[in-house]
Amino acid sequence: MDFRALFEPKTMAVVGLSLSNERHPANIIYNKNYFRYPVKVYGVNPKGGTYHKEKIYTSIKEIPEKIDLAMIAVRAEYVPGVLRECIDSWVGGAAVISGGFAETGRYDLRRQFEEIAAEADFPVIGPNCLGVYSSGKVDSLFLPSERMVRPESGNVAIVSQSGGILVDQMVKFAGQGIGLSRAVSIGNKIAVGELELLNYLARDEDTDVIAFYVEGFGPGEGREFVTAAGRSPKPVIIMKAGKSTGGSRAVSSHTASIAGDYAVFSSAMRQFGIVEAKDEYEMVSFCESLSCYPKGIDGRVGIVTASGGHGAVAVDTCEASGLVVPQFSEEVQERIRGRLSGSVQSIASLGNPIDLTGSARDDDFVIAAGELSRLPDIDCVIMLLLPYIPEVTSDVGARLSQIYREEGKPIVAYVPHVEKYRMIIEGFQLNNVPVSDSIEGAIMMVEAMKRCGPC
Amino acid sequence: MLSETAAAVLEESKKRGWVLEPDAKRLFADAGFDVPVSERVCSEDEAVAAGERIGWPVVAKVISPDVIHKSDAGGVAVGIDGPGAMREVFARLSNIDGFEGVLVEEMLPGIEMIIGGKIDGQFGPVVLAGMGGVGVEIYRDTAIRMAPIEEKEVGLMLDDIAAISILRGYRGSAGVDMEKLKKLIAGFSSLIVEMANLVESVDLNPVLCTEERCVIADARIILKKNDK
Repeated sequence: MDFRALFEPKTMAVVGLSLSNERHPANIIYNKNYFRYPVKVYGVNPKGGTYHKEKIYTSIKEIPEKIDLAMIAVRAEYVPGVLRECIDSWVGGAAVISGGFAETGRYDLRRQFEEIAAEADFPVIGPNCLGVYSSGKVDSLFLPSERMVRPESGNVAIVSQSGGILVDQMVKFAGQGIGLSRAVSIGNKIAVGELELLNYLARDEDTDVIAFYVEGFGPGEGREFVTAAGRSPKPVIIMKAGKSTGGSRAVSSHTASIAGDYAVFSSAMRQFGIVEAKDEYEMVSFCESLSCYPKGIDGRVGIVTASGGHGAVAVDTCEASGLVVPQFSEEVQERIRGRLSGSVQSIASLGNPIDLTGSARDDDFVIAAGELSRLPDIDCVIMLLLPYIPEVTSDVGARLSQIYREEGKPIVAYVPHVEKYRMIIEGFQLNNVPVSDSIEGAIMMVEAMKRCGPC
Repeated sequence: MLSETAAAVLEESKKRGWVLEPDAKRLFADAGFDVPVSERVCSEDEAVAAGERIGWPVVAKVISPDVIHKSDAGGVAVGIDGPGAMREVFARLSNIDGFEGVLVEEMLPGIEMIIGGKIDGQFGPVVLAGMGGVGVEIYRDTAIRMAPIEEKEVGLMLDDIAAISILRGYRGSAGVDMEKLKKLIAGFSSLIVEMANLVESVDLNPVLCTEERCVIADARIILKKNDK
C-alpha cells in the first residue's frame, strides 16, 4: 500500500468543515494546514458557502483538482459514502477522524468501511484516529497549532494505536531533541494497521527508525508483523500496553498458563530483533539512540566520568542490562595517564570506569574519549558529564562529538537537562550524539544498539 | 502434513477435548520422538507381569478420561520396586474416577524439563522450553519462540533459560545431550505447526534429559474447542 499521498500531499480536502464551530476538528485541520504547510487545502461541506473567503465545495467530486489527502470528519453514518466519493475521484489516501463504528456497536458501518477500502485497495487510516503528521509537509492532527509541541524534522517515524500516546511522544521527542519524520495515529485500524505502515516506512526515504505503540494485534496479525519487521533493514522499536492478563482464566496446561499474551508478544519481538521498550522512557531513549546509530554493537562499554559515584552507578546499570565493562590494561591506563592534565594525572583512576575527578578539564574528557574510541575491545563510550565542575566549559559537548566524527565509535552522553547546560547538550545533539538526562537513560541507549536486529 | 497415526489419535480424542497419555505417547513415538518403554495394563497380575518385563523399579500412572491432571488426583506412583508394591499401587489407582487401566513405564533418570506448545491468538504456533518441576511452577524459568524454529535458534532460546548451566553440566554434575535436546525442540516446533488447526496447547512435562537421551516422560495434548 502506498502512503506517499498521505505523508507528502500537495492537495488536501477537509470533509466536514463546520460553518459555525471554529473548534470543530475539521476547522482546526483546515486552518493549520492553510496557514502553515505547503499544501493547497479545500473545505468540503454539503451546504456549500464560503469559509474565510474561500469557497466551500459541496462534495469532494466538485473540487477542480486531484486531491492527494482527504481528511474525513463527518458523522460515522456518512463515512462510507464519503469514502466511495474519494475512490471515485481518485483521491490518493484518507484518514477518518470520526468515531462511532465498532466501538459503539455499529458493526455494519465497520463492515462497509472495510469492504469499500479493501475493494479499491484504498489507503485509509482510522477511523477514530487523530490523523497523520509529516514534518514540514502536513499536519492533520486535529489539535490547535498553538497547543502543539512539534519536534524537529528528523528520521524517526512513530505509529501509534492511541492518538494521545502519539502526541505525548511528540512532546517528549521535542524535549529530548529527537527528530521526527512521520507520526501516524491508526485508531481502530480497519483498513490500515501496523503491518501496512511498517512495509511503507521500511522504504520511506525520510525514515531510518520505525517506532510503534501497540495495544494488541488481531488474529494472526502479530505473526505477520514480526516476520515483516524481522526483514526490515531499519531498526524497529515497539512498546506494548495491556501486559497484564486481565484476571485468571482457567487454563488446562502449564504452557498455556506461562505463555500468556504478553509473554508470547515479548518473546516474538526478541526473536525477530525488534527492540521492545517497556515504558515511555525506554521508548524515547531507544528512539534517540537508534536514530543516531543504526548500527549494532556487542555491548562492551568504556565509561568516562568525573565522579566515582556516577561511574559506580553506571557499572551497576550496565551489568544489569547485560553490557560488559572490561578493565583496561596497565599499558592503556599508563598511556592515558601520560596525556592528562597535570592536576588530574596523579589522582585519576583509569581502570574503567575512568574517573577524571572534579579537577578534570575539557581536554581530559576529550583525551579519554579519543583513547577509548580507538580501543578495539570497546564498542561504545559513555560520557557521564558533570557540567557543574569548575574546569568544564560549554564547549565540551561539541568537542566530544568531534571525537565521534573522527573515530566513528558511538558515544552516548549523560548531561543533566537544565537550561543552563543547554549549550553542552546541543553540542552533542546537533552533532548527532545522543544525550540522556539520566545515567540509566544513557545505558538504555547503549542497550538499544545491542538489542537491535537489523543494526 | 500430519501422519495418519497423529491424525487418527487427534480425531479419536476430539470428544473428550484432550488426548489420553498412552495415545499422546503413541503420537510422539510415531513422529520419531523418544518415549519410555511402557505397557498398558488392566489388572494387578498384568501390572506385575509388565513390571517384570520392563524391569523394576517402574512408574505407574492412572489412565482415566476423567483425570487430566494425574498427579493432582494421586494418579502417579514412581519407584515401584517389586510385585508387592505394584499390587498396592494398582489397587489404589483403580479407585480413581473413570479408571480405565494403568500405564506401567520404565523409570528414567534425568533432569526434568518442560517443553510445550500453544497456538497463540496473535502469533500462531509457539514453542516453550524450560526447567521442569519447581523450575516451571515457581520460577517460571522458561523461554518462548514462535514456531517453527531451527536447531540454531533453539540454541539461542535455551540461552534465555536462567538455569541453562544445569543443562550444560554444573559443578561436576552431568549435563544433558544438548544436540538431542535441540533436535527434540526443533522437531516438536515443526509438529506443533502441523497440529496448529487441531490443538490448543501441548505440555511435554516432564521431558527427562541425560547425557544419553531426552525422553518424553509425560505428554498432555489439549485439543481446540470445536468452534466451527
